[in-house]
Amino acid sequence: MSATTLTRPTEAAETSHVRRKSRFHGIDKRPGWLTYALLGVFFLCSAYPLWWSFVMGTRDNAAFGSTWPPLLPGGNFWKNVGEVFDTIPFWLALGNSLLISSIITVSVITFSTLAGYAFAKLRFKGRDGLMVFVIATMAIPTQLGIIPLFMVMRTLGWTGEIGAVIIPTLVTAFGVFFMRQYLVDVIPDELIEAARMDGANMISTFWHVGVPAARPAMAILGLFTFMTAWTDFLWPLLVLDAGNPTLQTALSQLQSARYVDYSIVLAGAILATLPLLLLFIVAGKQLISGIMQGAVKG
Amino acid sequence: MTSTLNRPPVESSSPATSHIPKKAPIAWKHRLSAFDVKASPYFYVAPFFILFAIVGLFPLVYTFVVSLFDWHLLKGQGDFVGLGNFVAVLNDRFFWNSLFNTVSIFFLSSIPQLVAAVVIAAVLDQNLRARTFWRMSILLPYVVTPVAVAMIFSNVFGEDYGLINNLLESFGITPVMWQNETLPSHIAIATMVNWRWTGYNALILLAAMQSVPRDIHESAALDGAGAFRRFFSITLPSIRPTMVFVIITATIGGLQIFTEPRLFDPVTAGGSQRQFQTTVLYLWEMAFFRQNFGKASAIAWLLFLLIVIFGLINFVLSRSIATAEGRGAKARSQRRLAKVRAREARESLRAGTAASVHRKTTLGADPSKSAEPPAERSAK
Repeated sequence: MSATTLTRPTEAAETSHVRRKSRFHGIDKRPGWLTYALLGVFFLCSAYPLWWSFVMGTRDNAAFGSTWPPLLPGGNFWKNVGEVFDTIPFWLALGNSLLISSIITVSVITFSTLAGYAFAKLRFKGRDGLMVFVIATMAIPTQLGIIPLFMVMRTLGWTGEIGAVIIPTLVTAFGVFFMRQYLVDVIPDELIEAARMDGANMISTFWHVGVPAARPAMAILGLFTFMTAWTDFLWPLLVLDAGNPTLQTALSQLQSARYVDYSIVLAGAILATLPLLLLFIVAGKQLISGIMQGAVKG
Repeated sequence: MTSTLNRPPVESSSPATSHIPKKAPIAWKHRLSAFDVKASPYFYVAPFFILFAIVGLFPLVYTFVVSLFDWHLLKGQGDFVGLGNFVAVLNDRFFWNSLFNTVSIFFLSSIPQLVAAVVIAAVLDQNLRARTFWRMSILLPYVVTPVAVAMIFSNVFGEDYGLINNLLESFGITPVMWQNETLPSHIAIATMVNWRWTGYNALILLAAMQSVPRDIHESAALDGAGAFRRFFSITLPSIRPTMVFVIITATIGGLQIFTEPRLFDPVTAGGSQRQFQTTVLYLWEMAFFRQNFGKASAIAWLLFLLIVIFGLINFVLSRSIATAEGRGAKARSQRRLAKVRAREARESLRAGTAASVHRKTTLGADPSKSAEPPAERSAK
């Protein structure tokens, strides 16, 4: 189900592209070599730092002394990876990051879809005022409240537990806004009325009309929420300790070690990038259409 | 919190209530259904508001409370000092230093980033082969986490054996002290931000460019406008709102930068001379190293105010630009409209149907809600 809905935006983009091409020959002719040369430069700027890190991560500290950077990987990768595993609890950190990001993603999707559906399609007293409140809070940098949050977590004795990382990000104002913007156009009011006529109560109307319509937006919101949770650094650094880290805080321990072996640091950086790189290869198209749709909608 | 929750019903009570159908003899089932209709929306939005109040609003408000006290990380709440912490922070040269660094890094990252993103978006906004591949290639850095980015670029900008200094040396150029000097360190940190976010913003701008109606490009091309002319006269003006959106997002994020400067030199909190210590980094040092929660909370609130002010300036600036432009365009179209109306009026007067003149002029003035004087005056 989710697979079919996920491909929909790209298909739409494809057809509009075809239509565009056939209608306007004059301005949409194929660009020349200069364009592709520029694109090649952009590609190098994006990819080379990663490739360089990978190459350096497969060598040893001596490689950093050479004036011209080596272009091909060396043979030290698995040795360096082994060092990474010895220095930081990599698998624990990976598991923690997966668990934290997944729970946050499910929570944000659930509550955002519920609230977004209510704001988009239901009528209730105070709806518009509450929506203005949601929009206003989107711009508030809530992470500046870390000091009281830290005090609360310490009082509850949750510091060091991954729950302390999960709780503060269970909901986001952006998620509610995003779902509301999506659902307001997507669900026809008649559909909800029809479901109500057929005797469906409110929650089953939401479940059978709202949720199926919301699925593509839920996927996009989920992708971004997961990314945000995965990359978070400041808060996990504060409430978790070195023994029970997330991938990001564990990784930073490599960098802070007393005698830094840079090839190990870079091997760790590449290793920690792999999960999101895999996600990018699988869901890159959705990520792109998500960013582009969000721009038009927002 | 409660006040904001209570306020809205007063404003929008009239349109909301009228919808619920009221039937005189209500059976139990009906009554249940009516309750369902009335209460359900609140149950759907409640989880968000309750959780947000606890984890988002309360900490922010309570930060202010903490900032009014002598408050130690371990010893806890001390004496009430009023605005003493704020005074102390405002007289603290390290605070101003951190503010300078933050704003400097922010400008070094936002402006080049915006320019580069516009250029990339313009290049992508063509009928390319392998579109998805090129789009993915510019988005690639976005999936590298800030921690990994900071680790990679700390080595790229390493002073002794970094990639860039090695290259500079092989060309016989004196290596740059990327960590020890203020401006180079700001450039290095800004580069980390730029590398990760430029492609992302380029895609947002690309979406805006593609939503410009193709007919406009088409007719401009027919009138002989080249690609560059069309870019500056059509594309740039029409993506301006999106650029404002990108700038505001970059402001909110950029003023809270922490990870990159934190890991650029993991041993210090922002450089040996605090040459790249940002405000959030200073806040972190104040709270968890100097353990002064009161002063750290004051820093948090001052930074919060600064972000709000920057956001408002951006907003007002973009609004006034937009309305000034809109007014100009409206005035132009009104003038043209007025000319047409005036001609029609003269003709119809000649025909002796004065009544229709009045109708036409009011219709002409109607679309612009605020009564536009030029149209009416010239018509009369």
